[in-house]
Amino acid sequence: MNSPKSLLPKSLLIALSLALVPGAASAAVSPNSAALAQTAPAQAVPAEAAPLETAAPLPQAGQATDGSINTQPAATVPDDGSLPGYTPMKPTAGIGMPQYGEMDFQKQFSETGQYAKWINNTILLPLIVAISLFVLALLGWVIVRYRRSANAEPSRTTHNTFVEVIWTLVPALILVGIAVPSIDLLAKQYNPPPKGSLTVKATGYQWYWGYTYPDNGGFEVVSNMLPEDQATARGEPYKLAVDNRMVVPAGVPIRMQTTGADVIHSFAVPSLWFKMDAVPGRLNEKELFITKPGVYYGQCSELCGARHGFMPITVEALPPAQFAAWVRAQGGTMPGDVPAAPAAAATEAAPADGGVSTSNPAALQQKAGQPGAATNVTE
Amino acid sequence: MTTIAATPGDLSHSDDHHDADHKPSFFARWFMSTNHKDIGTLYLIFAITAGIIGGAISGLMRLELAQPGIQYLQTWASWHNSMAGQGAASLDEAYHMWNVLITAHGLIMVFFMVMPAMIGGFGNWFIPLMIGAPDMAFPRMNNVSFWLTAVAFIMLLGSSFVPGGTGLGAGTGWTVYAPLSTSGSIGPAVDMAIFSLHLAGAASILGAINFIATILNMRAPGMTLHKMPLFVWSVLVTAFLLLLALPVLAAAITMLLVDRNFGGAFFDAAAGGDPVLYQHLFWFFGHPEVYIMILPGFGMVSQIVATFSRKPVFGYLGMAYAMVMIGVIGFVVWAHHMFTTGLSVNVKMYFTAATMVIAVPTGIKIFSWIATMWGGSVSFKTPMMWALGFIFMFTVGGVTGVVLANGGIDDALHDTYYVVGHFHYVLSLGAVFSLFAGFYYWFPKMSGKMYNEFLGQLHFWVFFVGVNMIFFPMHFLGQSGMPRRIPDYPVAFAYWNEIASYGYAVMAAGAAIFLVNIVYSLAAGRRAEGNPWGEGATTLEWTLSSPPPFHQFETLPQIK
Repeated sequence: MNSPKSLLPKSLLIALSLALVPGAASAAVSPNSAALAQTAPAQAVPAEAAPLETAAPLPQAGQATDGSINTQPAATVPDDGSLPGYTPMKPTAGIGMPQYGEMDFQKQFSETGQYAKWINNTILLPLIVAISLFVLALLGWVIVRYRRSANAEPSRTTHNTFVEVIWTLVPALILVGIAVPSIDLLAKQYNPPPKGSLTVKATGYQWYWGYTYPDNGGFEVVSNMLPEDQATARGEPYKLAVDNRMVVPAGVPIRMQTTGADVIHSFAVPSLWFKMDAVPGRLNEKELFITKPGVYYGQCSELCGARHGFMPITVEALPPAQFAAWVRAQGGTMPGDVPAAPAAAATEAAPADGGVSTSNPAALQQKAGQPGAATNVTE
Repeated sequence: MTTIAATPGDLSHSDDHHDADHKPSFFARWFMSTNHKDIGTLYLIFAITAGIIGGAISGLMRLELAQPGIQYLQTWASWHNSMAGQGAASLDEAYHMWNVLITAHGLIMVFFMVMPAMIGGFGNWFIPLMIGAPDMAFPRMNNVSFWLTAVAFIMLLGSSFVPGGTGLGAGTGWTVYAPLSTSGSIGPAVDMAIFSLHLAGAASILGAINFIATILNMRAPGMTLHKMPLFVWSVLVTAFLLLLALPVLAAAITMLLVDRNFGGAFFDAAAGGDPVLYQHLFWFFGHPEVYIMILPGFGMVSQIVATFSRKPVFGYLGMAYAMVMIGVIGFVVWAHHMFTTGLSVNVKMYFTAATMVIAVPTGIKIFSWIATMWGGSVSFKTPMMWALGFIFMFTVGGVTGVVLANGGIDDALHDTYYVVGHFHYVLSLGAVFSLFAGFYYWFPKMSGKMYNEFLGQLHFWVFFVGVNMIFFPMHFLGQSGMPRRIPDYPVAFAYWNEIASYGYAVMAAGAAIFLVNIVYSLAAGRRAEGNPWGEGATTLEWTLSSPPPFHQFETLPQIK
């Protein structure tokens, strides 16, 4: 069981591992990485954690990487999350995010999402509206026709086998009709990702997300909610925008994994019809296929403590070439890259051949705060 | 049995009234009660009190959610802190306070409002009357059940004044998921909340044993199982669900206690446990629990629809066995609450199919109620209005349940406001409507006074508009992607949240009319006859005076 005592070393471990990520320590990105490194320790003791609005980089936290940068923010370009070779994509209004007064599901950007939304809006919704209206109509009829002033003498009918069989069988047949596309949808959602798919692991922490790229050198991107002024400055919706996004390639299958570091979280992106719990000690896995490049927002969807409402998810899907550029900007490697510089060796996570397997699952698991996790259940 | 009962009845005929109405002194009557009607009254007073507290909490929630941003939480958390002798609340403590509010609202409404009102209140009052029994089988156990529930409630309220992790109180959600409720919540608050559930659970198990023993053994001569009123059937099925489901909850939360306090690791992955195990145990209880909350409502609505249509219930056997079927299937569908935890595809397909099957017996009930009215002579007194509202609103909640049953669709809707909308349609508009229906239906019998018809009708319409304004927009919010259990939200969700919060004000006005009606009717209501509803009311309670004598059926009635 996690005691408060064990939380602090764990968060230090996270900070340390971040500092070791190749490239993260380079001067160009240190405003970001300093922010990342400080967040974990600041939240180690929940009751004393800094209020959310002040969660921006604090000077004392910069010591893990390079404190001097923090004291001179004017020396760097305005913090829009840019890296060499990568500028965060601007979100498109109404795409990948909820809209004011919206009644329908968000526009879908995955194939299973489009299918699921079609099933709901073409089969289920008309059906349930029709059933509700049918019941309302029957009620309306008996209210008008059999009100006491219209029908003073009640009948004594208490049985009619024929109608009883009908109202048992017809709903059963309707349900069978629903079950066919529904089961089909489930099967499609559980199509395992093809061999060699890019693996991205989302780890839920109290209260932020970490995105690990085991196929690209095993670096972890730590993702915190942006304060209101910064979200506005970047032209992003407050309470959905994050400082560092989960960047993935569009148009290719992704092996999406989730796990929890402390309590259960849930990785959810409505415009991708994707929701998978991040459970400590388990590694859930499902295919994620994003059809178009874009920015897609989501929120943690399992009650995980005080700041449950403030650990949003931003997925940025890029064309594969730009994704590769982003990976290299993070100091990671793409399959086929020449072995990286010595700095990368420190992470022990860059396979020379750029293979698909996670080279050191134990190390990754440790980073997730579950040193002794007995079961990695892969669905 | 009949001969024994008949003899004293004959002997005491001359002073029958005096014996039947001999009441103990105030303290003995209300604090050491063994009379099912008095215990039922205690339960109803308790449930109304808990309902006011739980409803006020939802008012705080709707106030905070009326617009984006944190407006009030920090102030409330500071007040709350000062009550426990602590200083001003931090923002994190304010967020924790939110979790305490949602947890308390859920637990209070489930365990201290709906269940005590339906089973403890109406069940105690009317099961013995309807089966022609003098009292419950175990009158003292009945009293123990009530006082355990009362202590459990005090325990839960008390838990909000002790540390529970980030702030005061248990902020785990009513589901108390591990590991948030174990390693994630340091402090005695969650332990107190768990003890509260233990006590409430023990009370319900005792109550369930009592109802089963009473219904199976104490029916009047001639009343076979297939002649029992449907409300009795519904409580019988509910009692079996309680008896089978609550021990599983007790086990699950005891395991939480062991994990929290005694170094256990049932749900701790780092030591070989599994957090998802807790969810399986919880929902094995939790899903039957939702039927526990609605089945007695089904029973009440059946009585009311028949009474005000002046027609016997249509398809009586189908109605009774539909409830049995709902109870049985209710035990094999639990994992539809866990569709996103990482179940395998085959498991998800099974739970999708099994869940949808429940729509069949539920449909039988809806159509049978309508068929009961069909050809009847329907009057629209207040109880009937609530029953009609129940039938339609429960249908709406039921069809969204069919949508949620689809594991693939649920991937988008799970843990969103769509789910909140769905279960409030079946509970806040289903169970609560049936409670109001039952209350108005039996108020004359229980109090001996007629309620005020105008206030009753006004209550219905205001409440009906209010709850629909609160909960219908939640489906839109959920489809748009708004997660549950968050104190603040992106601006895009502001529109429907604002409407829902206005809806709360309307609903609260309706609830106020209800309270005014109770007070007015008790003080100045017309005297009620033994049977104020006329020839449609055929069950045994209407053969007695209003209110019934302190002890009834000293001579057992004969059922033909």
